[in-house]
Amino acid sequence: MTDRLHVGTRKGLFELARVDGAWEIIDVQFLGDPVSAVLADGDGSVWAALDLGHFGAKLWHRDHAGAWRELAVPEFPPKPEDSGDDPHPWSLGKIWVLEPGGAPGRLWAGTMPGGLFRSDDGGASWSLNETLWRMPERRHWAGVAGGEQPGINSVLVDPRDPSDIRIGVSTAGVWASTDAGGSWRLINRGMYAEYMPPEQRDNPIVQDVHRLARCAVHPEIVWCQHHNGVFRSEDAGTTWHEVTAIRPSKFGFAVAAHPSDPNTAWFVPAVKDERRIPVDGKVVVARTRDGGRSFDVLTRGLPQRHAYDLVWRHGLAVDESGERLAFGSTSGGLWTSEDGGQSWAMSEARLPPIAVVRFAPA
Amino acid sequence: MAKVSFTSALQRFLPAPSAQVEGTTVGGALAVVFASRPALRGYVLDDQGALRRHVAVYVNGEPVRDRVRLSDAVGAHDEIYVFQALSGG
Repeated sequence: MTDRLHVGTRKGLFELARVDGAWEIIDVQFLGDPVSAVLADGDGSVWAALDLGHFGAKLWHRDHAGAWRELAVPEFPPKPEDSGDDPHPWSLGKIWVLEPGGAPGRLWAGTMPGGLFRSDDGGASWSLNETLWRMPERRHWAGVAGGEQPGINSVLVDPRDPSDIRIGVSTAGVWASTDAGGSWRLINRGMYAEYMPPEQRDNPIVQDVHRLARCAVHPEIVWCQHHNGVFRSEDAGTTWHEVTAIRPSKFGFAVAAHPSDPNTAWFVPAVKDERRIPVDGKVVVARTRDGGRSFDVLTRGLPQRHAYDLVWRHGLAVDESGERLAFGSTSGGLWTSEDGGQSWAMSEARLPPIAVVRFAPA
Repeated sequence: MAKVSFTSALQRFLPAPSAQVEGTTVGGALAVVFASRPALRGYVLDDQGALRRHVAVYVNGEPVRDRVRLSDAVGAHDEIYVFQALSGG
């Protein structure tokens, strides 16, 4: 199992380690600064993206010896004169997700305003995926609720083939590349957006994909927490079927896929749309172990009275064993499980609002 | 030479000492500073070279007019001050 957990919050990055059977905070970095994404490697190195209110997005790296230094951030090229009607800025808003690329030194960064960047030197330098950025369809990408910019929130690299990639976009559906980003297609079918006008309801590009999660051993299995519900794909994100058995509600942001069992996934449901609070003030995790046909509503160790914790899209994580999980909330609550979500332990720390939780690989 | 000063709020992230630089525009003067401190540029300017939305630049106590091209003229004895615009809570 993994013994390191990284928690990125509105006010800093917290590292936890398993000490005497409990998770303890062993390090705090960037105290006071918003952390928007975090990625850890098995050798102890960590990448942390900051979203500084005044001074922009930043990227820091901790090497295996423990020394932090600032790296270059992904940067957009000069905006051409003839792109005046592009509704989105050609400037980095924030790094929303960082993922390993499946090749030595390779990383992918999904950003607002919708640029996908690649590094082949461990994050020291970045290049924009120009093919995706210059597709005419990008002008139809829409901003995330509460923000003006679309964002790439998920990057799924096929463990068998690092050139086979899926990305999830809020709000622009699911895009695929099978040539390491050389070309892209909007692939999702079967999702619906019930808040849109009827003519647009089934349009793939209007789908608000809150988060994608892929089964590592069976990468064709992809789960989606969508604005309108939970969906599952058995063909790597092309065809989607709604998982209607989810309860206590179908709205939420986060999803975690079991690393080896294609039928197991976890969600943290909430009351939909503007309210965005747990149903009946009870924090629960919904787990399916039969491919979405039924769900267990897991409550042991979770607050069941007057709890108003919301879990953001990157706020739920499972480790490589599939037994150890963690999630963190907008109220700064942090819970961990050692038994696949059956029971949970609450951290005693009162943390700042949590954007991302992530286990380091073993 | 114009004097360029930076808000102390920046010092939390990286060194940003005051500097005396040659330059006939705000952009030109800042470019001289960034040439010797490349890491500072991204804290002040966005990817297109415009002032960040929540960064302000004043010359002799007045806000610059051109936040995109930074073309406001500066003289040899002018003072350029870079600081954070108020935002958030």
